[in-house]
Amino acid sequence: MKLTALTGDQAAAEAMRQIEPDVVAAYPITPQTEIVMNFSQFAADGRVKTEMIPVESEHSAMSACVGSAASGARTMTATSANGLALMWEIVYITASLRLPIVMPVVNRALSGPINIHCDHSDTMGARDSGWIQLYSENAEEVYENIIVAVKIAEHKKILLPVMVCQDGFITSHAVEGISTFPDDKVKKFIGEYTLEHSLLDVENPVTYGPLDLQDFYFEHKRQEAEAMKDALKTIPAVLAEFNKTFNKSHDLVEEYKLSDAEVAIVVLSSTAGTAKGVVDELRKKGVKAGLLKPRFFRPFPKERIIKALSNLKAVAVLDRSDSFSGEGGPLFSEVKAALYESQKRPPVIDYIFGLGGRDIFPEDIKKVYKELEEIKKTGRIKALVNYLGVRN
Amino acid sequence: MKKKKGWKEIPIAGIIDKGGTAREYKTGSWRTFKPVVDKPKCINCLQCWIYCPDSSVLVKDGKMEGFDYDYCKGCGICASICPVKCIKMEKG
Repeated sequence: MKLTALTGDQAAAEAMRQIEPDVVAAYPITPQTEIVMNFSQFAADGRVKTEMIPVESEHSAMSACVGSAASGARTMTATSANGLALMWEIVYITASLRLPIVMPVVNRALSGPINIHCDHSDTMGARDSGWIQLYSENAEEVYENIIVAVKIAEHKKILLPVMVCQDGFITSHAVEGISTFPDDKVKKFIGEYTLEHSLLDVENPVTYGPLDLQDFYFEHKRQEAEAMKDALKTIPAVLAEFNKTFNKSHDLVEEYKLSDAEVAIVVLSSTAGTAKGVVDELRKKGVKAGLLKPRFFRPFPKERIIKALSNLKAVAVLDRSDSFSGEGGPLFSEVKAALYESQKRPPVIDYIFGLGGRDIFPEDIKKVYKELEEIKKTGRIKALVNYLGVRN
Repeated sequence: MKKKKGWKEIPIAGIIDKGGTAREYKTGSWRTFKPVVDKPKCINCLQCWIYCPDSSVLVKDGKMEGFDYDYCKGCGICASICPVKCIKMEKG
């Protein structure tokens, strides 16, 4: 273990350096982040043997990655915000072709209005694309998630692409002290990438992406659905192997002071860190506050969420994106749907927060816990969907 | 009709895991116009055979013998390329 001062972007690039993929195809200018800038430097300095392909658009970046991965090369790219939006078409195709591409994504707002700061509208929009999604609380999680993501994506029982998300600017640009693993240990953990059907295997010719009409398309989508469902069963074993190798404690979700909690917040990524501080403060005052941080959003760890939240008296979901359904954000919809299957069904409310990089402070989070305490006492929900930190 | 395979039996990701499978997919039904050759005018230059994107021009012993309508999509490239204009595109 080596303690290094790195930003979230640098942590992602460092993980990529250690993984040393065969190919990185990426768009080199904005909305691209410093992940690709830093990794390009590693390539230019000869510190990795990776073939760097700077392409003319994000759509081309993912297209090049598809060809590369289908040829049997371990392939990565990175993107953010509108860059992800531009590669959309190929994002779906990557998942349907079951190509295990790992892509760090820096979560930033989708335009418009034009904005470059943190929210989750980019990857939440891609939640139904068939990619596995991991959300990282801090730079260290970014680093570790990217390493474990390679192993998850390439697992023979999974074979799905993975997005490793981090909060734009908050995590991507802030410097943290993080512990990195030795290069050889990372390389040994991820192993060699072998693809069963390679486009370059001329002895055994194979076609990727042929027309697939009414007679077989549905069967292939059914396979894809099953792969994601199965991934939920396989991922814990991969995490256990990671934990054993690197002495860590990764899980599908992280529970923070939940075992005896009465009220709790569910939130992804960096805000979970802020909320933990609030939980500690409230605990000192005797409030039985807790926190649930889903680390995986796809596949959706439903059973773990039901188990973690069912005994609570009131729950608030914090969504850093709006789905414009008129019924709150995407995390809220899915957590609420999961709890419908619980016998106890605690009251759940939603707070949309932090859009376009609007800061969220401990005081804001305290307001949420205060409202949950109120619901605990009265059993009455004033508003199902709330907006936190927006001016009236 | 042979029962089609279910989702558990087919290769993943829509991959076709062998070569030469285009033969199993007859594309002749896509055709609106079909090429018809006026054989006495044909000089057997075989340019139609070279240009046909679906390998649907039948050739035997160096002579052009007509079309394989199981696969000809009716694109008309043969009629266009023919230097003596002996291929006409007809309805059907």
